[in-house]
Amino acid sequence: MAVNRMFRTCPTSGLLFHEPAEKLMRWHAVAAVVSLLIGGILAIGVVLTRWQAVHLLPPDMFYQVLTAHGINMLIFWIIFFEMALLFFASSTLLKSRLATPRIAWAGFWLMIVGALVNNYAVFRGDSSVMFTSYAPMGAHPTFYLGLILFAVGALISCFVFLGTLVIAKAERTYRGSVPLVTFGALTAAIIAVFTIAAGAIILIPTFLWSVGLIEYMDSLMYKTVWWAFGHSSQQVNVSAHVAVWYAVAAIVFGAKPLSEKVSRGAFLLYILFLQLASAHHLLVDPGLTSNWKIFNTSYAMYLAVLASMVHGLTVPGSIEVAQREKGHNQGLFTWLRRAPWGNPVFSSMFISLVGFGFLGGISGVMMGTEQLNMIIHNTIYVPGHFHATVVVGTTLAFMGLTYFLIPVLFRRELMFPGMAKWQPYVFGLGMSAVALFLMGAGTLGVPRRHWDISFAGNAFPHEFPGAAWLMMALAGITGIIAIIGGGMYLLITVGSVFFGKKIVTPGFQHVRARDGVARVPAMAPTITSHGSIGAGGMVAPGTFVLAMVFLVAFVLYYFINWKYLSTVWPLR
Amino acid sequence: MSAILPPTEQVWWKQPLDRVELLWIVIALIWCLILFFMMPYWHIYGQQNLSNEAYRSKPEDFAKKTEDMVAKYKVREEGDAQKVPVVRPPAGSDVYLIARLWSWYPILELEAGKSYRIHLMSMDWLHGFSLQPENINIEVHPGYEHVVTVTPTNPGTFSIICNEYCGVNHHTMTSRLYVVK
Repeated sequence: MAVNRMFRTCPTSGLLFHEPAEKLMRWHAVAAVVSLLIGGILAIGVVLTRWQAVHLLPPDMFYQVLTAHGINMLIFWIIFFEMALLFFASSTLLKSRLATPRIAWAGFWLMIVGALVNNYAVFRGDSSVMFTSYAPMGAHPTFYLGLILFAVGALISCFVFLGTLVIAKAERTYRGSVPLVTFGALTAAIIAVFTIAAGAIILIPTFLWSVGLIEYMDSLMYKTVWWAFGHSSQQVNVSAHVAVWYAVAAIVFGAKPLSEKVSRGAFLLYILFLQLASAHHLLVDPGLTSNWKIFNTSYAMYLAVLASMVHGLTVPGSIEVAQREKGHNQGLFTWLRRAPWGNPVFSSMFISLVGFGFLGGISGVMMGTEQLNMIIHNTIYVPGHFHATVVVGTTLAFMGLTYFLIPVLFRRELMFPGMAKWQPYVFGLGMSAVALFLMGAGTLGVPRRHWDISFAGNAFPHEFPGAAWLMMALAGITGIIAIIGGGMYLLITVGSVFFGKKIVTPGFQHVRARDGVARVPAMAPTITSHGSIGAGGMVAPGTFVLAMVFLVAFVLYYFINWKYLSTVWPLR
Repeated sequence: MSAILPPTEQVWWKQPLDRVELLWIVIALIWCLILFFMMPYWHIYGQQNLSNEAYRSKPEDFAKKTEDMVAKYKVREEGDAQKVPVVRPPAGSDVYLIARLWSWYPILELEAGKSYRIHLMSMDWLHGFSLQPENINIEVHPGYEHVVTVTPTNPGTFSIICNEYCGVNHHTMTSRLYVVK
């Protein structure tokens, strides 16, 4: 079989694109953005209904729209983008041809069909079961079937990624170890394989149950196994967006990891200590012991949290070192002040990092503590938390990378550059505010996935405090701001890809790489020390100060919640 | 040279750590150990720990136990169209609370400062016991009878709302809980 070995060197970035891989990346990126568009339109319905003053949709439609919003955003947008990222991190960064492009296309189309089938099930109206689809509440069989097809497609792409790593190694397209970003993508792919296996274990029996071949689904069994899939899929996102942070630091600043050992070690901790994290979601469920809950929520030392705290230091730390080496070496924060805040690639990444850490990370650990979970479980605090992790964290990081990829991958100039400058701030800060207000309302007991907290017409209505109503209204207003930010992103990306000015390189031609073993790239000269940058014996003192601010916020918030817990009714 | 290129140092695992990284890893690890330690600590010294007591039960058996309790300790009825019994069980006794599509049954009236063994179970799908404004939240599963020992501290009228999505009338699933002196 003839193997396509056509490569293109990007004149702006110097990256080497393998023709079939490039096409796959483009199509996955387009599918991702279309999913984001659908999810974004649905978000309007969710926001305007939960903002009680507007209360737009009737209940059945609200629950239907909420289900579709969750799945299109959390699964389709993010995973399509992640698959593009896997091809980029393997084929492009390793300068290697992609393994089995045809099989990769089969994976892509399976994902497309799966996404369509699942959306069909939800839009039928009889599958408003939410993202979690807790049995014994049942959906139409096509709901599960769509998810299964999508997952199989994603699994195929993961193996294409792994195959590409094998090819690159065999054909010696790089020397030594894979780049850190590829290592991060590998982490994501390994967790994804585990995630999809767990998904198969729960979704296939549920599908069989929905068509009547299995008689009984135990609710606790379902919830336990489902979260092995549901939570680990969020760890895929974390690994992927941390890899994107490192990539952006490298692209914008030429930043080098502070130490490969630490950053790679932290990724390894994700693989070892994240996967079974379903326990976080079962902390107030009967039938599981406290020993099980405490151990499985922390593995005795929270090494996955440690890993995120390490990345939280090493990513900005590497930027600080790169900036100091460029001469911004005065004081503690000159490097940060002189960062390109008008470059959306950087500003997206930095807001993503700070939002993920301060809002998503701290709240996530609080929620994942056995006893503290009782005072927030299933309140709207939970969506507050994950809009900080998966939207401010993952989605915004991906948006930032898109601004880099449009000229590089799609060979188009960015349209509306002025708007692109502001987009990360409108979206990132708007969504951070949403997360904060939702967490505030959740602390006051407002439930998630709830159509009407005024309980109009109920025999026993509950009256939430005025502060809770205010928080929900503010979440509504900032939610609209975030949706506008998302719309700006869609306008810029779709506009650029279809109507952006084409970037043409004179004398451009595709390069046919030599068959068999490719040229071994020359090694860059080794730099052993950072010279005389930094202060206090540290290369990145500013980042260390920021990290300590983070730690203080973390400690205070954590113990405030214990204090709050100590005031509720004694339980045993 | 950068994170998107292979490491320049081929034996990168031998590169020494900078002080900033080492110090942060040590601090973060100590904090992570404290995070873990707080959970067992609270089991020993804290007052708010969710019970581990749970049994597999059939819905009809649970419904029967609930009806027996209602027959014994009913004090009045409440509600507009549908009357819901209010029961006032003796302190320390076993109290049953049914969660079902889309109501809680019955309404409980408890005495402040006294402990009760509240049995929670769903008759059909998953539900969420959310006591407001106290903000105590517990999952309620079908087939799992969860026994939670609660000591209400302050008298008043409390609400029980469902906070686990359970279908189109989820938001109508509310009830009361009275705590008297």
